[in-house]
Amino acid sequence: MKMSKEIVIRTNKLTKRFDDFVAVDEITFDVHKGEIFGFLGANGAGKTTAMRMLCGLSIPTSGEAMVAGYDVFKQPDEIKQNIGYMSQKFSLYEDLSVKENIEFYGGIYGLSNKQIKEKSGELIERLGLHNEADKLVSSLPLGWKQKLSFSVAIVHQPKIVFLDEPTGGVDPAMRRQFWDLIYDAADKGITIFVTTHYLDEAEYCNRVSIMVDGKIEALDSPEGLRKTFSASNMDEVFYKLARKAKRSAD
Amino acid sequence: MFRDKGFTGRLFIAPAIQLILLPMAANYTIKNINIAIVDHDHSTVSQQLSNKILSSGYFKLADYTDFNSKAGALIENDKADLVLEFPSGFEKNMIRENNQKIAIQVNAINGVKASIGFGYLSGIIADYNNNLRLQWIQPGRTNTMPTIDVVSSYWYNPSLTYYIYMVPAILVSLITGIAGLSAAFNIVKEKEMGTIEQINVTPIKKYEFILGKLIPFLAVGTVVFSFGLLFSWVIYGIKPLGNIAVLYLFMYVFLFAILGFGLLISTYSQTQQQANSIMFLFMMVFNMMSGLYTPIDSMPGWAQVITHLFPISYFIDVMRMVVIKGSGIHDIRMHILFVFLIGLVLNTWAVLNYRKTT
Amino acid sequence: MKQLLSFIRKEFIHVWRDPKTLVMLFGFPIVQIVLFGFALTNEIKYANIVVVDNAKDVASQQIINKIEGSKFFSVQKTLMTPSAIDAAFKEGKIKLAVVFPVNFNTDLLHLNKASIQVIADASDPNTATQLSSYITTIVADYQAQLSPTMSAPYSIVPEVRMLYNPDLKGAPNFVPGVMAMVLLLVCVMMTSVSIVREKELGTMEILLVSPVKPLMVIIAKAIPYLVLSIVNLGVILVLSVYALDVPIKGSVLLLVFESTLLILTALALGLFISTITSSQQSAMFASMLGMMLPTMLLSGYLFPIENMPVVLQVISNIVPARWYYVIVKAVMLKGLGFASIWKETLILAGMAVFFTGLSLRNFKIRLE
Repeated sequence: MKMSKEIVIRTNKLTKRFDDFVAVDEITFDVHKGEIFGFLGANGAGKTTAMRMLCGLSIPTSGEAMVAGYDVFKQPDEIKQNIGYMSQKFSLYEDLSVKENIEFYGGIYGLSNKQIKEKSGELIERLGLHNEADKLVSSLPLGWKQKLSFSVAIVHQPKIVFLDEPTGGVDPAMRRQFWDLIYDAADKGITIFVTTHYLDEAEYCNRVSIMVDGKIEALDSPEGLRKTFSASNMDEVFYKLARKAKRSAD
Repeated sequence: MFRDKGFTGRLFIAPAIQLILLPMAANYTIKNINIAIVDHDHSTVSQQLSNKILSSGYFKLADYTDFNSKAGALIENDKADLVLEFPSGFEKNMIRENNQKIAIQVNAINGVKASIGFGYLSGIIADYNNNLRLQWIQPGRTNTMPTIDVVSSYWYNPSLTYYIYMVPAILVSLITGIAGLSAAFNIVKEKEMGTIEQINVTPIKKYEFILGKLIPFLAVGTVVFSFGLLFSWVIYGIKPLGNIAVLYLFMYVFLFAILGFGLLISTYSQTQQQANSIMFLFMMVFNMMSGLYTPIDSMPGWAQVITHLFPISYFIDVMRMVVIKGSGIHDIRMHILFVFLIGLVLNTWAVLNYRKTT
Repeated sequence: MKQLLSFIRKEFIHVWRDPKTLVMLFGFPIVQIVLFGFALTNEIKYANIVVVDNAKDVASQQIINKIEGSKFFSVQKTLMTPSAIDAAFKEGKIKLAVVFPVNFNTDLLHLNKASIQVIADASDPNTATQLSSYITTIVADYQAQLSPTMSAPYSIVPEVRMLYNPDLKGAPNFVPGVMAMVLLLVCVMMTSVSIVREKELGTMEILLVSPVKPLMVIIAKAIPYLVLSIVNLGVILVLSVYALDVPIKGSVLLLVFESTLLILTALALGLFISTITSSQQSAMFASMLGMMLPTMLLSGYLFPIENMPVVLQVISNIVPARWYYVIVKAVMLKGLGFASIWKETLILAGMAVFFTGLSLRNFKIRLE
């Protein structure tokens, strides 16, 4: 896992307030190019809100943020052109075929017909979906959908790809395969920003940040965190931090 | 079922609103007919007749003018429904030649309105004509022309209001909607949520299961129906002429049929949305063809046959007959029979289908 | 541009792959046309009536013959007492009874005056009124025939022309209404459900994160339904002209233009509904309550607006279908041109603009 010095995400006291409720409280952090950055936290800790701000889905109340070299307030459109996104629900259209999904997303991101053809050939090759290329996504098993969803999210070679709880409901064997894809992408220079509540997956990341009650309470590599908190695994780290938490699940 | 908060709301508020709104709108009484009078004559006769028309209470004056074009435009713009034209020299010519024509143009897009409106108008004209003759023919001379007097009496609804005709029918439509939807939804929801499988595993028999669903719905139906009747009485002053017990009896038979229908639909749908769409389609067709808005007797043969497959058509008929005319059980015996049969078929079909699909 | 095209392509695929919805989309108008064109009407045909001929004389016979010959009546000749008539009404067997008194003809000959009693079941007031007036007309005709040489002095003879619908058919009144209903159903409900489905499935977020502008999302979603509606409209018009004999007297182009305005308004409303609902089911309900119900009730095609209490009449002014109904009647049935309907067109256009603006604003706000 390489990590370059170039910074692709930088936030400074980024805050999101909903009336009286401060969902994200002045978080400040950097993410490097090619890094696999894990964004952990309990439900309701604010990680989804934070990620939405970085994606341009929601406007911050205060603070600063730069994503892929563009300012979140002033240049949201440029940001969108340069990032990818995979949602919890796998963001695929069930009633479209595999090929049609790829073509759609390719078109959305402005790829030329030639590019789309190439990419989709590559993708189908890599995932071994020859026989399923024209079948409706609804007929695919969950693990395949997951891998397809990720591949589609990076079809346009974005600088950063945001993954929102991407491994929900998938068995551990499939999850491993999925993470292989992620390593692959990171090797190619795509920065991975992933939120998850599967603590064992934190081990796969270069660095992990843990949000509690809207603030980042810890930010380090998994080994670093274990050392700091004298814990043998991420569960313990989390447990120790979570005891301080005042906010419970959504 | 009661935990579904929307449910109780829908139970009372929706019907209440519909019972208020629909009858207000569904008033087919033909009144306030706009008439434009073009008078080229300006004689006593034309003016007297015009006044008579306008004071009849059926017509409202749209315009009184000398120009045909103006009147024509009024019909085009829907400001006038009828145009009556007195030619010039009307009175004079009538005295000389013994008769005169007046031209009437009617906007016949709405056939009923045109027909009734013209009916009123000709009645008024004929009336005026008779009086005119009596005036002009010297008294003493025997009237050698035979006259036949047609005396009309309107039974059961002498004031010719539409409320009494529509409200009971609308109530039926409501109950059908509520009961049918609830029945279909309930089962489908369980299918969706998987609780049906759990029940399948228990020793409960299929028909017991269905009965268990039926009974609360019958209760709900009764409540809504009673509420509806009460509401019609309080707001519209509609008191059934016939026996209320007869109404309730029929209602139960009817609910039996409708619930069968709802169950049937639910056995064919996998999602609430599907059930919804199918129900919606059927409701539309039922509503339209049930005789609620347009008479069944006006339908062509094939349509009448189809209508007679719908329980709702029978119920609307029964409601109107019992409430307005005071019909009794004997009078509606065929209605009861048919609806019961339909109910039997639907429920059996639903049960059979249910067994097959699970 | 290319983005938009791939989006539109996807939307068409969605619509195509959902056969059940397609069936409903096209089936619905066809069902309505068939119903309203062939089955539902207010015309009176072969009403069951009973004639109680207590006189059994020449005059009564002649009148009865005339009544039997009329297509309005299906006559049953029985002697019934008033209570028997009451019972027959109660059983729903007859709608009207014509009673001739015993000395009908004798009275006519000797006293020059006789009367006939008409008893109508007034449950349905309009039917009762119409039937009764038809009988009156028939009798009046007979009366005139009695003294052909001696035409009544000083007669006012009305000459009537029934405009636009001389046969007094039921279809012309309904077809414009069906057009409004269909366009509204397709556009409002389908568009709103389609947009909400993206929300429900979570794919909306993806779209928002992508470089696709929100406006494009809306346009792409609306276009398939716009196309479908126009096709639908075409089907309805063809059916009306060839199957129902309701010709298009005015300019077809004008009709299409006005329909497009309605479609735009409906699409905007569909968008609006999608911004205030979060599940497909509630989108459907909202469409029905917010769109279909008012359209059916207050557009004027099922129930006459002029009979409604003032409150409803005022509310009906904001129902787009109401104006559309007037426009279609004017153009299709009366053959009028733009000059007659410019006011209504302006209102409809205004509504289209207003609702579009409102929905877009709401949509943008919702995104934040």
